[in-house]
Amino acid sequence: MTTMRVGIYERAWMWAAGVLIVLFLAMLGYAAVAQGLRPPSHIETIDPRAVFDDPRFANPGVTAGPDGRVIVTSLAMTFAFQPAEIRVPANRPVSFGLTSSDVQHGFQIVGTNANTMVIPGYVSEFTTVFKRAGEYLIVCNEYCGVGHHLMSSKLIVEAAP
Amino acid sequence: MSATANRDDRLATANLGVAVAAFGVAAFMAFMQALSRANLELPGRSAGMYYLSVTAHGVLMAIVFTTFFIMGLGVAFTNAGLERRLRYPRTAWAAFWIATLGTVMATWAIVTGKATVLYTFYPPLQAHPAFYIGLTLVVVGSWVWSFVILSTWTAWRNEHPGQATPLEVYGMLAAIIVWLVATIGVAAEMLFQLIPWSLGITETVDPMLARTLFWYFGHPLVYFWLLPAYVVWYMVIPRLAGGKLFSAQLGRVVFAMFIVLSTPVGFHHQYMDPAVPSGWKMLHTFLTFIILFPSFVTAFTITASLEVAGRARGARGLFDWIGKLPWGDPTVSSVLLAMILFAVGGFGGAVNASFATDSVVHNTAWIQGHFHLTVGTAVALTFMGTAYWLVPRLTGRELELGLLAKVQPYLWFLGMLLFSIANHITGLMGMPRRVFDATYQGSAIAERWQSLTAISAAGGVLLFISSTFFLLVMLGTVLAGKKTASREIQFSETLQPEPASSSIFDRLGVWAAIAVVLVLIAYAYPIYSHLSMPTFGSPGYKPY
Ligand code: HEM
Ligand SMILES: [Cu+2]
Ligand SMILES: [Cu+2]
Repeated sequence: MTTMRVGIYERAWMWAAGVLIVLFLAMLGYAAVAQGLRPPSHIETIDPRAVFDDPRFANPGVTAGPDGRVIVTSLAMTFAFQPAEIRVPANRPVSFGLTSSDVQHGFQIVGTNANTMVIPGYVSEFTTVFKRAGEYLIVCNEYCGVGHHLMSSKLIVEAAP
Repeated sequence: MSATANRDDRLATANLGVAVAAFGVAAFMAFMQALSRANLELPGRSAGMYYLSVTAHGVLMAIVFTTFFIMGLGVAFTNAGLERRLRYPRTAWAAFWIATLGTVMATWAIVTGKATVLYTFYPPLQAHPAFYIGLTLVVVGSWVWSFVILSTWTAWRNEHPGQATPLEVYGMLAAIIVWLVATIGVAAEMLFQLIPWSLGITETVDPMLARTLFWYFGHPLVYFWLLPAYVVWYMVIPRLAGGKLFSAQLGRVVFAMFIVLSTPVGFHHQYMDPAVPSGWKMLHTFLTFIILFPSFVTAFTITASLEVAGRARGARGLFDWIGKLPWGDPTVSSVLLAMILFAVGGFGGAVNASFATDSVVHNTAWIQGHFHLTVGTAVALTFMGTAYWLVPRLTGRELELGLLAKVQPYLWFLGMLLFSIANHITGLMGMPRRVFDATYQGSAIAERWQSLTAISAAGGVLLFISSTFFLLVMLGTVLAGKKTASREIQFSETLQPEPASSSIFDRLGVWAAIAVVLVLIAYAYPIYSHLSMPTFGSPGYKPY
């Protein structure tokens, strides 16, 4: 690198850019370690051709889980979600478990950050809390065929009694 | 000796010709899509047609237009930069024909409705084998082209021992190395998964493995598009603007960094996927932020070079150099406008790259707003501007319909501003991408998106007019342009003296080796552990 002649401006700029990126990385690292903010992930497989008989998805819907959490299982298929309507309480952790019986789908609750790919052969899982009671629209956000734009369901968040 | 004696201009022109034709078809489809999305009742409008059209638009723009344009540019810049013909011109023609045959096969499958799987072709959506084989041939053609450019460069190096590779060629070589490393992923997906499966030789595929291989390829693909555009920003624009490049050596640093860092970042497209371990997603996040660095440096170098140009044209104050730039030259204005929108796209990119914010925008209209700024403008508008400058030099015909050429970049800029802003906002409001009709059976929530889809459609109309101008200028130039003898292809001079001799930067093998090591670190273990986990395959589906 001896042949490199970088002017003073260049050097200042490269330092500034470098520091900015290191700051970004430090923030990410801090959030990951101190606040546990990590990319979502869940590793679990399922036979996509047998999901209707699989005890995990035979009766998709809402159940009460241990530790007061609410468990929602939902099955994506061309071009609908089962169940078509989900009711959960506000301000309680809700864990979603999803899979597909055919092609890839997406599961997105509009107006929230609940968003996951739904891939045949795999179970997607994430937990969230709904603070605002009301009706939400759930849409499929991965192209799945000619009825992709029709694929939706409803989430109703009920205010705690 | 004439300017063109050492050149393969017909080959370069043929490649650009396919690129422009693909662009024209894809732009027309896009126009219909943008109108359809706003629920205008067009004749023959149907969901099936919409998804077919999006497939054609995505494949023809993102794969065919870009790859052929880059192949043409690579030939022209290698000729002009090394002052040398290609080492194997006949092989390079074979590359052109292989890629063209592949394009015809894939396009046939799409327009006959046998491959409505979009340009990401995620299995288990299954297309006709001609779609997969056609796209594979496009890649094979690009490999043959890569081989010809690389071997031309090694021949030049032997003829000029110890000389530094000129930056315009260096950048193209960097793009080629990124491409060769990246296409391993999609080639594996095609050859081991999709082609045998679509032919009925295997019964099932693993959709997660396919996604991982696709995005191993899919992210560096964007650098394969971007680096040739950067070459134009570095080596063409300063000269056309009346200045000099600030520093070519800094350009070498930038391109070498892209070689090293382009590939091990693909999991940032899979933040919302199951079955990819969180820690590996995290590693790719870190690398994604590091690869911002060479783009920051580029922003500085190009801006500084433009300031030099503005001052050479008589600017005195702090910012009046911007106004002194030749905004009426369609090549310069294309690139300036492309750079402005690219900066906006960069901010959006930081949102996408942070997994917490990505969960809000993943697979929403925000994404289509984002990549129409990056590939759809930073790259595509740069390429159009480049064509205004290059095609006359390749064909020996003056640019025809110059007024349309002058207006075209501004129309694109305006159209893209409307299109992109509208899509960013509807995306934030939760509207998914890739939907024929976003009304959701009259849902009140979806109702709020509708006025913005109309703005997006208005942007689409401007973009379509702009595309038409571009096509008319190209056609007019090739068919009716006045003959001209000024065919020199000249590159920017540099402000800092160029190194007299080659340096570590010219040892491309070293950079490629570092890249491969990083790729192994980022991918070998996750792919290995995925393969050693018991998984269930999926049979093919054609719900289109
Ligand atoms: C002529 C101006 C253009 C217009 C009006 C336009 C419009 C559109 C529209 C409406 C979509 C469909 C979005 C959806 O339903 O999700 C789309 C998708 C897309 N466009 Fe463009 N576009 C233009 C230019 C470009 C350019 C120049 C490129 C790249 C070189 C490009 C690359 C893409 C890609 C890759 C997709 C994604 C397809 C998919 O989701 O599978 N577009 N465009
Ligand atoms: Cu869908
Ligand atoms: Cu990416």
